[in-house]
Amino acid sequence: MKRPGVMIKDVFRRLTMKPVTSRYPYEKSPAEPGYRGKMEFYVDKCISCGMCAKDCPSFACVMETIDGKKRPVFYLDRCLFCAQCEESCPKDAIKMTQEYELAHLAGNPPIVK
Amino acid sequence: MNGLESIIYMLVFPGFLFLTSFAFACQYIDRKLYARFQKRVGPPFLQPVADFIKLLSKEDIVPKAADRTMFTAAPIVGLAAVLTAFIFIPVLALHALIPSFEGDLIMVLYLLTIPSLAIFMAGWSSGNPFGQIGGMRAVVQMLSYEIPFFLALLGPALVVGSWSLGKILDYQLGGMWLVLLAPLGLFVAIITLQGKLERLPFDIPDAETEIVGGPMAEYSGRRLALFRAMLDIEMVVGAALIVTLFLGGYDLIISFSDLPWYLPYLVNGVVFFLKVLLIVGILALIKAVVARYRIDQMVSLSYRWMIPLSVAQIIVIVALKFGGWF
Amino acid sequence: MAKVTIPIGPQHPALKEPERFMVTVEGETIVDADVRIGHTHRGLEKLFEQRTYLQNIHITERICGICSFTHSTNFCQATEYILGAELPRRGLYLRTLMNELERLHSHLLWLGVAGHEMGFDTLLMWSWDDRERVLDLFEDLTGNRVTHAYNTIGGVRRDITDAQVQRVLHTMDILEERTKAYIQVGLNEQTILKRTQGVGILTTADAKRLCAVGPRLRASNVKYDVRKNHPYAAYGELPFDVITSDTLDVHGQLVVRALEILETVKMCRYMMQNLPPGEIRVKVPRKVPPGEAISRTEAPRGEDIHYLRSNGTDKPERLKVRAPTLANILNVAHTLKGANIADIPLIVAGIDPCMGCMDRVLILDRDKETASVMTKEQLREYSIAWYEKEAHR
Repeated sequence: MKRPGVMIKDVFRRLTMKPVTSRYPYEKSPAEPGYRGKMEFYVDKCISCGMCAKDCPSFACVMETIDGKKRPVFYLDRCLFCAQCEESCPKDAIKMTQEYELAHLAGNPPIVK
Repeated sequence: MNGLESIIYMLVFPGFLFLTSFAFACQYIDRKLYARFQKRVGPPFLQPVADFIKLLSKEDIVPKAADRTMFTAAPIVGLAAVLTAFIFIPVLALHALIPSFEGDLIMVLYLLTIPSLAIFMAGWSSGNPFGQIGGMRAVVQMLSYEIPFFLALLGPALVVGSWSLGKILDYQLGGMWLVLLAPLGLFVAIITLQGKLERLPFDIPDAETEIVGGPMAEYSGRRLALFRAMLDIEMVVGAALIVTLFLGGYDLIISFSDLPWYLPYLVNGVVFFLKVLLIVGILALIKAVVARYRIDQMVSLSYRWMIPLSVAQIIVIVALKFGGWF
Repeated sequence: MAKVTIPIGPQHPALKEPERFMVTVEGETIVDADVRIGHTHRGLEKLFEQRTYLQNIHITERICGICSFTHSTNFCQATEYILGAELPRRGLYLRTLMNELERLHSHLLWLGVAGHEMGFDTLLMWSWDDRERVLDLFEDLTGNRVTHAYNTIGGVRRDITDAQVQRVLHTMDILEERTKAYIQVGLNEQTILKRTQGVGILTTADAKRLCAVGPRLRASNVKYDVRKNHPYAAYGELPFDVITSDTLDVHGQLVVRALEILETVKMCRYMMQNLPPGEIRVKVPRKVPPGEAISRTEAPRGEDIHYLRSNGTDKPERLKVRAPTLANILNVAHTLKGANIADIPLIVAGIDPCMGCMDRVLILDRDKETASVMTKEQLREYSIAWYEKEAHR
């Protein structure tokens, strides 16, 4: 039947239900397992091949020499969180965690060493 | 009344302070219900107060192409009109601030047309093409919705046989609410009130997605705060008018007048407040379930449905009165 | 009455993304409309030439947030065609599953946006709440809610477990029920019918002449869908119908999109129940031999074309993207004439505009019959010189 206000029954029923908004800072929303968040780097497994830096789309992964070993440094303000570095690494030295709360003040970007 | 008493009446009750807090409470209920219908949480209790204070503290810009006098006068005139309209409505007792006289219903209705004209003036003088289009739409809407609103409110006046709000309320005390005798009138009155207040589905002059806010597009700061206050208080006055004419004002069927001190007045006030909130809730429900009409569809809705329904209601009442039923 | 020209955009609450329509109105009727695009030009085609193929997958995803998977699928398909790579069936099925899930979330988003343009905010909030189920599913299956990074040249990157298959089936059940409720609202709610019926009519002949694509074309009663006419990925094996509507207006588009959601649900169920076992990707070399390829997919908005030319190195020589909204903008300018101002947001929202997909710059010089692409420096100098000339006039 064509009349205005077709949704009225469903709308009324919503009054008895809780709202779907989750109150974020007080109720944390956990990421699913497998979410691509911040990466973790295991420096012992790295063989300095440089494949991760070659495959990074936004040059967030840069090879630098620290303590005599050539190894990647990840600048998270350029990172796309695409996990291409994780896939290209032949030794599984990079793993993505589920940490996504990475907001920071300008000028102090988080860096994964 | 001497000078001090009249100042208190004008500024505190039922004047500016009482009316703005009433309007804020109604706006809170409206926004909270609207949000809950949409699965959202809605604003906290003091949100309308916070919005008002925030707007008062912001920078007030008048565009260069705007006519400065009319640009400033529009919200002030509108706000003054709705504030004056409320003093005729009996809230706590049988006589309002001014004792009820024949024709004060017409006075309230006349004062309630001024806000629409204020919106038109605002749009026309803002120097913005969106404002002009919005102003024209506001006038078209006013022409369509004043007529059925008046006709719908004419029903109760005909039943009682008087133009005085006090006499109409007196008729209903004790349980004979006029909604039982003129139900169609209540239906038409609520829908046309939604049209007068320019809320969904009739918020055509103020369409955000189409004409960027229409007449209000160029307003900011204090003038916008006054405009918003005018719209809220207009909602309160319109709802209070409907409550007085159809739902029996502060009547609760059983009488509390034998309670001591000022308690009867308190009970009357609370009952009145709850009834106004009921009407505001119905208006929020209408807002939540429909989309917005186009201007030509709205005019055709008014002339094809609202006016014939209200005229039918009047014919029924006149026929029943002739037949001697009341 | 006098003619007034009002600008809609680039910044306007009706438009989700910037474009500029200069509409000339008399009263409430539009007599002329002029479209100017290009506000979200980002120089992506130049960027593609400077990145390797593996890096380019992630950049193609970011051409548009809503049709992101379609763009990366298109690019991977073009590269795989030049390489001559044959994907395993399981990889094709998973790729198709993600494409269909993206169509789901895009159509639900459109339903909400169309409701918002009409002033029907309740529909917006409710349909976007249902869209959250799809986004949660994406997060579980691919690792992110929008830019999935699921495609790679030669297949997909992650496999799907049985628990995830069950979750997909469960979500499909919920969405089917909710979509049927929305279809009831869309067909019976009188205010929606009044706002969308008869608005933005594009006849079949005009649709073919102005090269409309996607649901806009199918609502003008032309039965054309890239998934059926030129099947790619696993679409050749899936049973589904192409939905058309003969009402030619925005209401037709609403019906087409809502019924397409139901078809998508059917397809996802079939895929989950008939998922072939096996590998999900093949290994491909990093350097692509010289060649050209054109790849077409059905994005939620219409037909999306990628043209790829390679020259033997590990970077492409040219990647051209023709997004569906570019084809639909022409018929928006056509349908705006004769409409009311109140219908502008609905007509523009009806084609589901995605300006991010759309803006590329190609200079066609008709007299000299050349086509060239400007570099950023050339474009900048050209625009500075042009505006100086304008200011002096």
